[in-house]
Amino acid sequence: MLDLRLVGVAGRRQSLTDMAGRFLPWVWIALVVLLCSGIILIIGEPGRELQNIMFWIKMSSIAAAVVLTLIFQQVLRRNKGFWDRHRALAALLGSVSLLLWVTVIAAGRWIAYVAHG
Amino acid sequence: MLKQFWAAVEATSISTAVRESTWLFPTIESIHVLSLVVVVGSIMVVDLRLLNLASRQRSVRELTDEVLPWTWTAFVSAAITGTLLFSSSAHRYAGIWQFETKMCMLALAAVNMGIFHLGAFRSVAHWDQAPAEPPLAAKLAGGISLGIWVTIVALGRWVGFV
Repeated sequence: MLDLRLVGVAGRRQSLTDMAGRFLPWVWIALVVLLCSGIILIIGEPGRELQNIMFWIKMSSIAAAVVLTLIFQQVLRRNKGFWDRHRALAALLGSVSLLLWVTVIAAGRWIAYVAHG
Repeated sequence: MLKQFWAAVEATSISTAVRESTWLFPTIESIHVLSLVVVVGSIMVVDLRLLNLASRQRSVRELTDEVLPWTWTAFVSAAITGTLLFSSSAHRYAGIWQFETKMCMLALAAVNMGIFHLGAFRSVAHWDQAPAEPPLAAKLAGGISLGIWVTIVALGRWVGFV
């Protein structure tokens, strides 16, 4: 949702700064829960995941998306309203992040269908 | 009779293709997951607002006007992809209690939504803005919806492991 707002196709009635403030805390909380449950799942069947190329595609996409979000948040913290003033940059960031999360979901699903090794 | 119907569904060319292809099922499943993320995520935004737990600064009306079109678009996509996945092995899914319960929960979510729209939501203008709190009926609708959708996601995942 935040990405779509960044791209500018959704939620145009509120400023980016407002929306980011409202959504980011939820994003981080949910991410921590995902990390914890994900680690438990890996411990359950380490061989299956760690030898799977789809797993590593998924992990690197998550890492990239998290880094982008951190950059977004840091810039916002130092310079309120920055993203509202730099729409094109915000749109680019949003598109890349959106693409990364789509990759995460697709790769995550495919882990189950790709043979080991 | 239902048995024959499921067999007929499984015999269709689409369902056969999904069943026999190596890549169709995971691809459709990926789209299904992507859609349901948008459906559940956007519903939760509205539910949490109704519960007065988040987005309190924003008017309920504005929020629903903005979010719900996304919910419905994604829901249509989730329903289509879900039907395709189901058809690949209709008789098997139809016999799994997790799947049956999930479908009942979807119906329940629809009923909950109907009651809310015909009831508390009609007077939304009175409790729309910040210091005013959503009435009990609206909070109840939000809480129930939250519970139902969490259950639906859990059951949906479970179906894949039976």
